[in-house]
Amino acid sequence: MSAVTTGLPPFQRFLDAHAGDVLRYLVASVGRHDADDAFQETFIAALRAYPRLRKDSNLRAWVLTIAHNKALDHHRARARRPVPVAEIHDRADPAAADGADGIDASGEHWERVRALPPRQREVLTLRYAADLTHAEIALALQCTEAAARRAAADGLKTLRKELPDVPAPA
Amino acid sequence: MSLPRPELDPGHAAALAARVTARAAREGLVAATYAIVDSPVGRLVAVVTPVGLARLAYEDFDGGVDAVLDDVAARLSPAIVEGPLDDLRRELEEYFAGRRRAFGLPIDWALVRTPFTQGVLRATVAIPFGATSTYRDIAAAAGSPAAFRATGNALGSNPIPIVVPCHRVLGSGGRFGGYTGGVGRKRALLAIEGAMLAL
Repeated sequence: MSAVTTGLPPFQRFLDAHAGDVLRYLVASVGRHDADDAFQETFIAALRAYPRLRKDSNLRAWVLTIAHNKALDHHRARARRPVPVAEIHDRADPAAADGADGIDASGEHWERVRALPPRQREVLTLRYAADLTHAEIALALQCTEAAARRAAADGLKTLRKELPDVPAPA
Repeated sequence: MSLPRPELDPGHAAALAARVTARAAREGLVAATYAIVDSPVGRLVAVVTPVGLARLAYEDFDGGVDAVLDDVAARLSPAIVEGPLDDLRRELEEYFAGRRRAFGLPIDWALVRTPFTQGVLRATVAIPFGATSTYRDIAAAAGSPAAFRATGNALGSNPIPIVVPCHRVLGSGGRFGGYTGGVGRKRALLAIEGAMLAL
């Protein structure tokens, strides 16, 4: 049988190729605790839409945009309910911030990013955890590239006051 | 420099991905599930849809796992995930051990290109374990006795060798005939079945 290779890759290959990037993005944007569920929701939603996707789509930007929307759902739901006491305790406990429970040294950066205003948080996670370009971020957030850059600069400015090694705006 | 990308526990993303595929299969979101199956005649790529077995490819004869799955994705649906396919594995294992004479898993003919080919392959399924037939007889059984050359081509395009036993079809007048996975495999399968060959 002759192979036809012009279509979308089998979903399994797409999943294997992007699982790490999506998880890394979600760990940054919703935190390690909630990233697993958001990961499930992201790829199940992706699978539902996958057969109708355009064959020339940028699959990486597409799935990270879905992950962004799932992160958004998470933050909206979180804003509607009080923060559980246990979670506040976790965050205040430096011992919980490295090693044993798998939280690495970068955890503190992203925890501060999550505390930024929503648009700044979104742009910084998509730029630095998902490694999307500003153009791809503008598409994902349905804003202009200039607005995405401005939000990133504002966010980094705030972070630089709190953290020593944060980059100058790109 | 940039904000450091979060580190991941090794294997965690893969474990989560496996949970996605299991859930997708459970919720009926996939068009097909595939598995790589080791066998005495080489590695096989099996693709099963909700209807049944749609593809069983000799990995080395069809361009490799990726090429086989790309083809299925393009012709059937890209919503394909890897899965255990335990029932199929067991049946194949029993067959290769000489302990299974017929396969119980239904067949999905979705990847068969023409009604003529499907007729030929359906006639081929009726050849019993350990028996053989000829291109001429299969052409007749498929309702086109004159089309025995086209029958050879139809068998050559069989997407489900072994289970649709095109290895049991020989040339007329003592010729062995070709095979979709190479004649060495045709001989090996007939030997497993104990078919009496005057060749």
